[in-house]
Amino acid sequence: MENDRGLDRKYAVPELVGNPDDLLIVCGLAGASKDIAHLTNDGDNIFTMAGAMGGATAMGLGLALSRPDKQVLVVTGDGELLMNIGTLSTVGILKPSNLSILCVDNGHYGETGYQESHTQRGVNLELIAQGSAIPITRTVSVKEHIDEAKALIRDSNGPSFILLRVSTEPPPVIKRSMDASERKTAFRRALLGEP
Amino acid sequence: MGLLKLSDYGGKQAWQEELYDLLRSNQVDLFCYVPDGGHKTLINKSIEDPDVISVPLTTEEEGVAMCAGCHLGGTKSVLLMQSSGVGNCVNMFALLKNGQFPFVTLITMRGEFGEMNPWQIPMGQGVQPVVEAMGMHCLRAETPSEVTETVQAALNMAYKSNQAVAVLLTQKLIGAKPF
Repeated sequence: MENDRGLDRKYAVPELVGNPDDLLIVCGLAGASKDIAHLTNDGDNIFTMAGAMGGATAMGLGLALSRPDKQVLVVTGDGELLMNIGTLSTVGILKPSNLSILCVDNGHYGETGYQESHTQRGVNLELIAQGSAIPITRTVSVKEHIDEAKALIRDSNGPSFILLRVSTEPPPVIKRSMDASERKTAFRRALLGEP
Repeated sequence: MGLLKLSDYGGKQAWQEELYDLLRSNQVDLFCYVPDGGHKTLINKSIEDPDVISVPLTTEEEGVAMCAGCHLGGTKSVLLMQSSGVGNCVNMFALLKNGQFPFVTLITMRGEFGEMNPWQIPMGQGVQPVVEAMGMHCLRAETPSEVTETVQAALNMAYKSNQAVAVLLTQKLIGAKPF
């Protein structure tokens, strides 16, 4: 497990996601929301959170079920996912082919002072995703893994789960809207043409 | 009404059939739930309906976030739960309030009229104050004749006025669960 947490999220997340314009993205609170808000300049195809911890995967699942014509990506952290780990099972039984989950696993609760999370102490979220009946899973811990995982995120034969193991380098700094109602309305206008 | 048999608890009553038809005529296309005897008819009809996405959850709070995600995509949805599930949702209700998401949950009540399981009493008593404290509206249906009118009111408040609404299907309406 040499270099197991060698990647910097500021490099790896943009490399994995690529051009985000053709994706609908739901982001869990804190670091993952900052990663994607920075990548998209707080775009109208993303919904970020700064609370509702544990809700990102279920929200992305609802969006994926609602819009089977669109590729939906959930980007979340290890702590956020652990708070509602059962949602992986709900993804696993429904198997929406247009849903990918990218878990940016830095092994820590960055927002509260970098306390260790369970993944820093032996818990493997890719194995939990496999056990939750998600058919495609990968762990990305070195640059050489990125291209294959990047293709899986855009593969409409999902669902897929990508565990991105990164260092504790902080997420990018971005001033994003914290007004979820305004962001919801912008998202719907862009997608549906109505508020 | 005499005591129900367990096999009849949550069994088909005319108002439950009408309630399903009401939800479908309001374009509610996704039903999510944790299995529940009181919601048996709605759950089974949603599973059998080829035009509905029927989603069993591992915990009710998944359903709160899922319904918000459905709204982002333009789908109307409903979360079916028992009163005990409300306690599992409380922080996730913040998503509804901060985002002003339309949301309807139908809650089969335990812990009130005629309850025979003391474990159901605390959360049953807590449902209305909890949902109201989190900024949601709370409507009650006590008799079969009130059900469709109340749920239609909830759907209108949600999808016309961006409100989060809990409809309590009371224990008087459903009957106390027999043991």
